Amino acid sequence: MTDGPSLTARPAGRHALLVELSDAEHTAAFHAEVLRRRAAGTLPPVAEIVPGARTVLLDGVGDPGALARGVAGWEVPPVTADDGEAVEIPVRYDGPDLADVATLWGVAPEEVGARHRAHTYRVAFCGFAPGFGYLTGLPARLHVPRRATPRTRVPAGAVALAGPYSAVYPRATPGGWQLIGTMPDPGALWDPARERAALLVPGTRVRFVTADAEPTGPGRGGASPQETSAAGAGTEDGA
Amino acid sequence: MTAAFTTVRSGALTTVQDAGRPGHAHLGVPRSGALDAPAMRLANRLLGNAPDAAVLETTLTGCALRPDRDVTAVVGGAYCPVSVGGRPAAWGAPVRVPAGSVLDVGAAVAGVRSYVAVAGGIAAEPVLGSRSTDLLSGLGPAPLRDGDVVAVGTAPRPVPLPVAAPWPGPAAELVLPVRLGPRADWFSPAALRTLASGAYRVSPHSNRIGLRMEGPPLQHASTGELPSEGMVLGAVQVPPDGHPVVFLNDHPTTGGYPVVAVVLEPALAAAAQAAAGTPVRFVLA
Repeated sequence: MTDGPSLTARPAGRHALLVELSDAEHTAAFHAEVLRRRAAGTLPPVAEIVPGARTVLLDGVGDPGALARGVAGWEVPPVTADDGEAVEIPVRYDGPDLADVATLWGVAPEEVGARHRAHTYRVAFCGFAPGFGYLTGLPARLHVPRRATPRTRVPAGAVALAGPYSAVYPRATPGGWQLIGTMPDPGALWDPARERAALLVPGTRVRFVTADAEPTGPGRGGASPQETSAAGAGTEDGA
Repeated sequence: MTAAFTTVRSGALTTVQDAGRPGHAHLGVPRSGALDAPAMRLANRLLGNAPDAAVLETTLTGCALRPDRDVTAVVGGAYCPVSVGGRPAAWGAPVRVPAGSVLDVGAAVAGVRSYVAVAGGIAAEPVLGSRSTDLLSGLGPAPLRDGDVVAVGTAPRPVPLPVAAPWPGPAAELVLPVRLGPRADWFSPAALRTLASGAYRVSPHSNRIGLRMEGPPLQHASTGELPSEGMVLGAVQVPPDGHPVVFLNDHPTTGGYPVVAVVLEPALAAAAQAAAGTPVRFVLA
């Protein structure tokens, strides 16, 4: 895959470049390439690398014009299924919108979890709140609209769907997504005192797994990049 | 032993600010930091502090603080009356505040945000390398409330002071140089002419997230939806109502409304000092 004409580099002020790609997959591939080049020391100094749905913002660039000419010639390999770090997020499928989502999907409410768990997701980008990742990977037939009326308070740990995205709320905020479940220990999502503050950083692969029947108490680690929870493994049914 | 301030009067909004926490935008973390960074640095320099030592940023109505030990402070940024123990004291220059005396930072006479720097800096707990209060995502210390105690760091050795420090006052008209893009193509040529020629004013709904504009709306040329994309400091975002918002330090890191242009960064300190009602002119740079 070479992007060629499907890549548009748009200037954003004097020191930033917004690189626009044709779709989410090319965006993930381009973002991965930017990170590879930064790790290899072949990317000019950049202060921020901020992926979006179809864009990657390169901010704090000395010469955006030169970088724009550079990226136009990059060979960008596609992302592969095992690219990026993998994390598992335990979920209890007990959200208040489970029945609505089941109706939209044309399945029974108790089947929603299995359908949701059957896919591997990737953090396309973050935003809205620190540690809030927009996860892609849900097939188009399972995309659901936002709720007509947003909630004034969505609890921390709510596992939610909207459009092409799945997400877990790192803390209680207002929100308009459809809530299908709960991550028992949402503190694992965002902890600025930790070396790695956000569990979900752009490019991370995510699998949702069944949470233990007993709710996880506070202080337990929950999901982390190092742990691989075995809970729910092998429940490949549905979808 | 280091000093601490007790907050006698917290004012409309007083926050701890330093150079902010850039480098975390990909996690959804705003850069935050002092809106008038040159004012913060000058106040720190006058005390021999590191230029980005944490300071207090007030909003329109100032604040009042009582140290438990003798401290040296500088009040700068937006011009305001200053008093120590009820006696008038210097603005824009170091003042000695004896233990138990109240340093009163009055309401801004010109500008919006005054900065209170203290020798040794404000010693709040850093989050992701910064002590700044981020009002969008709630990182860093909470805004000051009456009675809050604010710790001060170890004072540096006294240094020779620069003579005559220049403190620019706010302009009667805020001129914001902009570069069009990244989404100027979402607007008709007529809308772009309106941006460059329209008479805008600073809206009273402005805050640390953005300087909101009152004035001629900029209609989107297309009715499509823009997928979320990264936002830069100074971005002129245009929501569906057409009223531009200039993103300041606590701006969201991604957003779904088109950015018609970006204000050049050196102009943003003046933008942060422009009070509601100030006339604004965007000029293509």
